[in-house]
Amino acid sequence: MSEAAVEKALDQKMNTVPLKMIGKDVSVYYGEKRALFDVNLNIRENTVTALIGPSGCGKSTFLRTLNRMNDTIENCRVTGRITLDEDDIYDPSIDVVELRARVGMVFQKPNPFPKSIYENVSYGPRIHGLARTKADFDEIVETSLQKAGLWNEVKDRLQEPGTGLSGGQQQRLCIARAVAVSPEVILMDEPCSALDPIATAKVEELIHELRANFTIVIVTHSMQQAARVSQRTAMFHLGNLVEENDTDKMFTNPDDQRTQDYIMGRFG
Amino acid sequence: MTDVASPTVRVSTRPAESRRDIGIKRRYAAERRFRAYGISAIVIGLFFLAVLVWSVVSKGYTAFQQTTITLPIEFSEKVIDPKNERATDTKQLMTANYPVLVRDALVKQLGIDPKKRPLVKQANDMVSDSVRTQLRDIVVADPSVIGKTIPVTLLADANIDSAFKGQIDLKVEESKRKVKDQQVAWMNQLAEAGVLKKSFNTGIFAFGASSRPEAAGVGVALVGSAYMMLIVLVLSLPIGVAASIYLEEFAPKNRLTDLIEVNINNLAAVPSIVYGLLGLAVFVNFAGMPRSAALVGGFVLTLMTLPTIIIATRAALKAVPPSIRSAALGLGASRMQTIFHHVLPLAMPGILTGTIIGLAHALGETAPLLLIGMVAFVVDYPGSPLEPSTALPVQIYMWANEAERAFVERTSGAIIILLIFLVIMNLGAILLRRRFERRW
Amino acid sequence: MSTSLLLLIIALIGFVAYFAGRARSLAESGNKLATLHSLPGYHGSYVAIGAVLPAVLVLAAWLIASPLYVDSTVRSALPDTVQGQGDAAVQLALGQVKAVATGLNRLDAAEVEAVKTGSANLRETLAAKGVALAGEGEPYMVEAAEQFNTMRGYSRWLMSAAVLLVAVAGGLYAIRNVTTRFRARNQVERVMLGSLVVASSIAILTTIGIIGSMLSEAGRFFSMVSPMEFFFGTVWDPRFAAAGSEGASGQFGLLPLLGGTLYIAFVAMLFAVPIGLFAAIYMAEYASPRLRSIAKPLLEVLAGIPTIVYGFFALVTVGPFLRDISTQLNGLITGNYQNFIQAQSVLTAGIVMGIMLIPFVSSLSDDIITQVPRALRDGSLGLGATRSETVKKVILPAALPGIVGALLLTASRAVGETMIVVLAAGVAARMQLDPFEPMTTVTVKIVHQLTGDLEFTSPQTLVAFALGITLFVITLCLNIYALYIVRKYREQYE
Repeated sequence: MSEAAVEKALDQKMNTVPLKMIGKDVSVYYGEKRALFDVNLNIRENTVTALIGPSGCGKSTFLRTLNRMNDTIENCRVTGRITLDEDDIYDPSIDVVELRARVGMVFQKPNPFPKSIYENVSYGPRIHGLARTKADFDEIVETSLQKAGLWNEVKDRLQEPGTGLSGGQQQRLCIARAVAVSPEVILMDEPCSALDPIATAKVEELIHELRANFTIVIVTHSMQQAARVSQRTAMFHLGNLVEENDTDKMFTNPDDQRTQDYIMGRFG
Repeated sequence: MTDVASPTVRVSTRPAESRRDIGIKRRYAAERRFRAYGISAIVIGLFFLAVLVWSVVSKGYTAFQQTTITLPIEFSEKVIDPKNERATDTKQLMTANYPVLVRDALVKQLGIDPKKRPLVKQANDMVSDSVRTQLRDIVVADPSVIGKTIPVTLLADANIDSAFKGQIDLKVEESKRKVKDQQVAWMNQLAEAGVLKKSFNTGIFAFGASSRPEAAGVGVALVGSAYMMLIVLVLSLPIGVAASIYLEEFAPKNRLTDLIEVNINNLAAVPSIVYGLLGLAVFVNFAGMPRSAALVGGFVLTLMTLPTIIIATRAALKAVPPSIRSAALGLGASRMQTIFHHVLPLAMPGILTGTIIGLAHALGETAPLLLIGMVAFVVDYPGSPLEPSTALPVQIYMWANEAERAFVERTSGAIIILLIFLVIMNLGAILLRRRFERRW
Repeated sequence: MSTSLLLLIIALIGFVAYFAGRARSLAESGNKLATLHSLPGYHGSYVAIGAVLPAVLVLAAWLIASPLYVDSTVRSALPDTVQGQGDAAVQLALGQVKAVATGLNRLDAAEVEAVKTGSANLRETLAAKGVALAGEGEPYMVEAAEQFNTMRGYSRWLMSAAVLLVAVAGGLYAIRNVTTRFRARNQVERVMLGSLVVASSIAILTTIGIIGSMLSEAGRFFSMVSPMEFFFGTVWDPRFAAAGSEGASGQFGLLPLLGGTLYIAFVAMLFAVPIGLFAAIYMAEYASPRLRSIAKPLLEVLAGIPTIVYGFFALVTVGPFLRDISTQLNGLITGNYQNFIQAQSVLTAGIVMGIMLIPFVSSLSDDIITQVPRALRDGSLGLGATRSETVKKVILPAALPGIVGALLLTASRAVGETMIVVLAAGVAARMQLDPFEPMTTVTVKIVHQLTGDLEFTSPQTLVAFALGITLFVITLCLNIYALYIVRKYREQYE
């Protein structure tokens, strides 16, 4: 079977893929202001789900509810229910740190720690006790950097600061750093918005490869990017989930008028 | 203007007299005056700085030299212990009449007739009264010197010291100055013989309080100051950093934290003497801690320094970009781990700079220490922070109140020492900032 | 067992607890770290905290409570004759009992017996052991002292036992909690957060301490001298009045001191504000970056010099200089070589304090001026205004509120300044307007009333706290108002 055929087969099986995360009636309030309105959205395992929509539509807000990064914002309140596998992640018995070890995150702007490349990647495994010996750490660092497609570029300068890399390399370092913790889900908040087209292409390719091992949710403002990297797409508008669909269908024959308008560039 | 060769290019003109008068000349004159005010303000400020430094240094640099007289002292048993009681009576060696030994040696050196009492007294006035303790310490430390003759370097009296440094105007009528002509003659005689000379004054760094300028030093005060700085550092750095972390990273924004914020800013501007009153009422009077102790001084200075450190630390924490925090949190680090592994190390240079500046302030602070009784006349090195001690700026204050001229020199010398410490600390802070400053 | 030894043992227990907790968590996880909720180090810390924290709290509580309890028991056991003489006498007797108790510990059995039967003089025996007794000892004191000593001994033993018990029990309880899923990190971090909260409450406690201590001491002062006399009195003469004259304790009029304080601060501001302000304007608007980078730190050196140095400068340089120059001037004009400026005077203190304040004015105003948005400047320059016109007509009006705030902050410094005025202003408390004469200030008098031997019962000492709270309130009002203005100003341009 050709690669394209495999893709096709995978995509067709989409509806049978198990659900990794389930969001039910998710609403988010910033103080008095309501930012999300009863969103019902499911994230499928080993799938790239793209969240699109005009700015301020709530897509980033929704993304941040998935690993409770909203907790760090004062006055932010989340209602509804979000589960990861079977666990309600807003249940008081859930340790938010453990959750974030399972649901990692990559941010809009590359934000490596001002430490060496090696320390950037090994920090996560260190605090989660994923390795004990130097050899274990070395191995995690190497495989993570390899998964992020950065190994060949940095293997000779692991002790140099991560901030010295180029923007695209920094972002891939951040992905390697997230991968090193072996999360189940990786959230990406517009990971390419600060990168040039070539670096963007590399990161997109990487996302494609990561799909085999991780469930990925990506927020993007670029229609083309969503079409290129994702299998499922969710469209947000004014804090509401407008439509959720297979990416192919979404971009060819969306169910909702607003989606069509947005994709055609009538607003946004 | 019509006869221009090229018809395509024409320059518009306007006769000068038709321009509006916008008072350019007058306005530029005002401009120049304004600039001149500005420059002279800066120059005046710097002038005062120069005068201040010059005034202290010119008065004080001589304090680092001291005139000494080296004499062969005969530790005569007849004077020290005429009845040979020292084996049974320990007080004998402590109370012996040591100055007589010096007087005899000096008289011999100068060739004065020992029977001429006034002359002998004048000669004896040339050496410091501190010789009593100096010789006593030698004998007590090693009683076997009794009966031997040993050369001993003695401090010259402050007046001779001044005269030898050329600070006393010898043209003034003899009766109006403290150094007599005969003493000056002897001084020159001794200097020619190489017995009397100027050398680096180690005493100013080693001695404690004394009513005689030549035997007074800041050594004891330095120890007191060192104790206090140590206490301030050990207490204010951890407490200040902990408080800042809570206020900056954890505290919810509400009325209470607003109040704390205003409160801290205000504490930074409270007059230092108020902290002295606090220390006196709370630590000394209420908690019953000893007066004059470096411990209490350290506590008071800690409370005074805390606001400075908290303000600097909060600024340093604020300067660490939020993206670093998100990065660590996104990897599953807890907030504590995020702060202690990432934010705090990045803020450390700023925190240390603030701390050094706070310490420098504390080192120069005088008023609160006066109130908790550190104006004590402390002769001995304090063995612990609980013993009576004094501090460098307080020593300066006490000397500044002494009338004797030689104390002006000592005071200025002590100020130079204080300023050198401050310069070193501030340079350290600047270097730290330059070396580790990070722009995000 | 001494307290420090006890602390050392607790520390040792904590140390052992740490490793025990660590080891147990590792054993529980079968050496697979990933199955643990928290890293072994956190488990160790958790167990150590469980052992140390309660023990230290018990120790602290005991150290505070036990002397109170022992004192009250011994006090109630004192003979009725003493009890009947009032609180002061009981207090005195208690003090003597404690001294005797210290002394008894240094005597051997025979000597104790001798003292008890009265065959040896108590005072002399104790004096020989280096314990000075305030009065002749009385027989009941020896008994009370023995009681005191036994109780203290019991208390010590009980305390040591209790503390060690709590430490061991706490450690054992904590170690039982250690399992793979136990959230040790969260527990440890809660304790850390608690200590951060405690640290930040110190700032509040300081303020409470300042206000509380000064109010209570000043309250005692006002119970002896009426507030009217203090706040509106025009004569400051705190010495004991001569016997027989009315009024037992001198006069404590605040007004001459307040007058001197404000007058000197005014002279200082008069000197510092124009210089500081013009320096700031020049630095912010005209100076090249190079000049700025040199002149600004140099001026700020003035702010880093301790005030005692300024005081000395005033005392030996500025004061004599002003005195001598006034002598010369007077001589040239009137032919009478008599100085009209005193070496210690309002002018001397004012000028030197002014020099000290220059950098405060200049750097505070500099910050304010540079915050005025560029757009305002460009707007004015674009209309063809000269720089000075821009400064005068646009920037200064825009920056005025901020500058007023900065000047108020500076004024609060001037009012609270101590060492310069102590050395340069003089000690005579009088009300007059001649800047060439000495005057005195609130801070000078606080220092004077509180140096030397103190007794915390006389108005002569306590008046310092009344002065202190006056000073605190004045500077507090200035600071809060100034900080409020500056904050509002900043928000406007942010």
